[in-house]
Amino acid sequence: MIEKGRAVCLGADIDTDCIIAGRYLRTRDRSVWASHVFEDLDPALASRLAGAVIVAGKNFGCGSSREQAPVALKEAGVVAVVAPSFARIFFRNAINVGLPVIEADGVSCADGEAIAFSLDEHWIEVGGRRIPVHPLSPRMQEILAAGGLVALWRQRQ
Amino acid sequence: MRSSHRQRGLGRLPTLAETILGGAAGSYVDREVDHAFAHDGTGVLAREAWREMGEPPLPAPERCSILFDHIAPANTGTTATLQAELRAFSRTCGMHFSEIGEGICHQLMSEGRVLPGDVVVGADSHTCTMGAFGAFATGVGATEMAAIWSSGSTWFKVPETIGIVLDGRCTGAAEAKDCALEYVRRLGMDGATYRALEFIGEGTSALSMDSRLTLANMAVETGAKAGMMYADATTRAYLAAYGRDIAVQRPENPGYVQELTIDCTDLVPLITPPHRVDRAVPVERYESTPLDQVFVGTCTNGRFEDLLRFGRIVKDKRVKARTIVVPASRPVLERCIETGVLSWIVGAGCSVGVPGCGPCLGAHMGVLGEGETALSTANRNFKNRMGVGAEYYLASPATAAASALAGAIAVPEVP
Repeated sequence: MIEKGRAVCLGADIDTDCIIAGRYLRTRDRSVWASHVFEDLDPALASRLAGAVIVAGKNFGCGSSREQAPVALKEAGVVAVVAPSFARIFFRNAINVGLPVIEADGVSCADGEAIAFSLDEHWIEVGGRRIPVHPLSPRMQEILAAGGLVALWRQRQ
Repeated sequence: MRSSHRQRGLGRLPTLAETILGGAAGSYVDREVDHAFAHDGTGVLAREAWREMGEPPLPAPERCSILFDHIAPANTGTTATLQAELRAFSRTCGMHFSEIGEGICHQLMSEGRVLPGDVVVGADSHTCTMGAFGAFATGVGATEMAAIWSSGSTWFKVPETIGIVLDGRCTGAAEAKDCALEYVRRLGMDGATYRALEFIGEGTSALSMDSRLTLANMAVETGAKAGMMYADATTRAYLAAYGRDIAVQRPENPGYVQELTIDCTDLVPLITPPHRVDRAVPVERYESTPLDQVFVGTCTNGRFEDLLRFGRIVKDKRVKARTIVVPASRPVLERCIETGVLSWIVGAGCSVGVPGCGPCLGAHMGVLGEGETALSTANRNFKNRMGVGAEYYLASPATAAASALAGAIAVPEVP
């Protein structure tokens, strides 16, 4: 399957406090996280995330284990996050909540540029260039294909 | 376990992570977990995921815990309601529950519960703290925790290991926190991503358990999956005080993917300025920077040894910056009372908070205002974490004490 989105470019070492600040965590209302996502980085960013593929620098999602970070991105309409490397808890959380995370080196693009990617075929395409990406482990592919860990659990029961 | 690895052709001795997880670096393993805990923050989402999973029964509730520490006591009605739901959930499932004021999850797990060789997962990034016991301990998310509670196990990719060799012992005014800030600086914020750290060498052996917990705590700030130390005579004596009898683990120079040597004898007190955790420099570089607040506590530096060191410096003096001291647990607070350390701290004009995370995550009990500057003994200085528009520095309890007295960043004297 080929998925598509528009690039939103961010820097390196984006931490989870920056994705969703601690002051917004005490709720179960996911729309709260979506509306405050990246607020401390750029308050205007949240409204630009519908259909976005975030293209970030290394170590995306470092810091706390808060799952609200990938949930906020997903709720805000982010299609996938692409980075050369991810903080491991964020990476695992994203897969568990059904947000595609793609490890790839050498992806450079401009804000708003069209991006296509295939999780099954392990590539990302931007500016007419197809770049191979690190494939997910079979276990992670299975979780993501089910739509997340809860969905996979329910399928199996 | 070690010889069997050799027979399986690892070609070298296994690391602590490989031994405990039972596989070579790079392989995937399924493991039952010995401890699986969440706190009042991550527990809310974990309970939600468990409900969406159809509220399955827990196969081993005695291994599962919810420990209230992040916003304890509750700061708003919303928080209180979410906490009430979590209390009821833990009762229904028969899990271990720890009430507000008992302390920080990692500290409570370190008080005789986690043993060498255990596999520990916590829905908090600083779960790596427990590696100080020679356990494999790592942070997971809330949904993962719900699945672990419901199945009793999870999968791991066995990490490669970076060896951190501590040569010599800290002398002068430097301590474990300075050593922690130094290895984070040297590795960088993603220097150990997907990898484990193993602390070895004379400097590691010389450390108390409280100090080892400080070192292991900051492993995640380098991206590491775990930060581990071999259980030795010090570990054995510490756990014996909790009635736990353990066997020591012997390091045998396994093949590390990378080695980093830190000469502790050369270390001076360090400070990490805002807003990156890997930029430690000698404290004197920021000497005389005025401070609005000093915070001593957290899963990094809220243990008895930390409060004792802080207390000795401020005893019979008066702090000039407003200073908040939060013991990591009720037992730590009780020990501070019994030994008189608490009266030194209170007598010096410090405020003492309820055992827990306190203002570390910027949720309550000491949030900073815009434009304010603080010094904290915590592990993270991300932008806006302790308060929007605030700046804060990370340092040791000794540096915090000297700075609290001066009302500005100050280098601690050699004790």
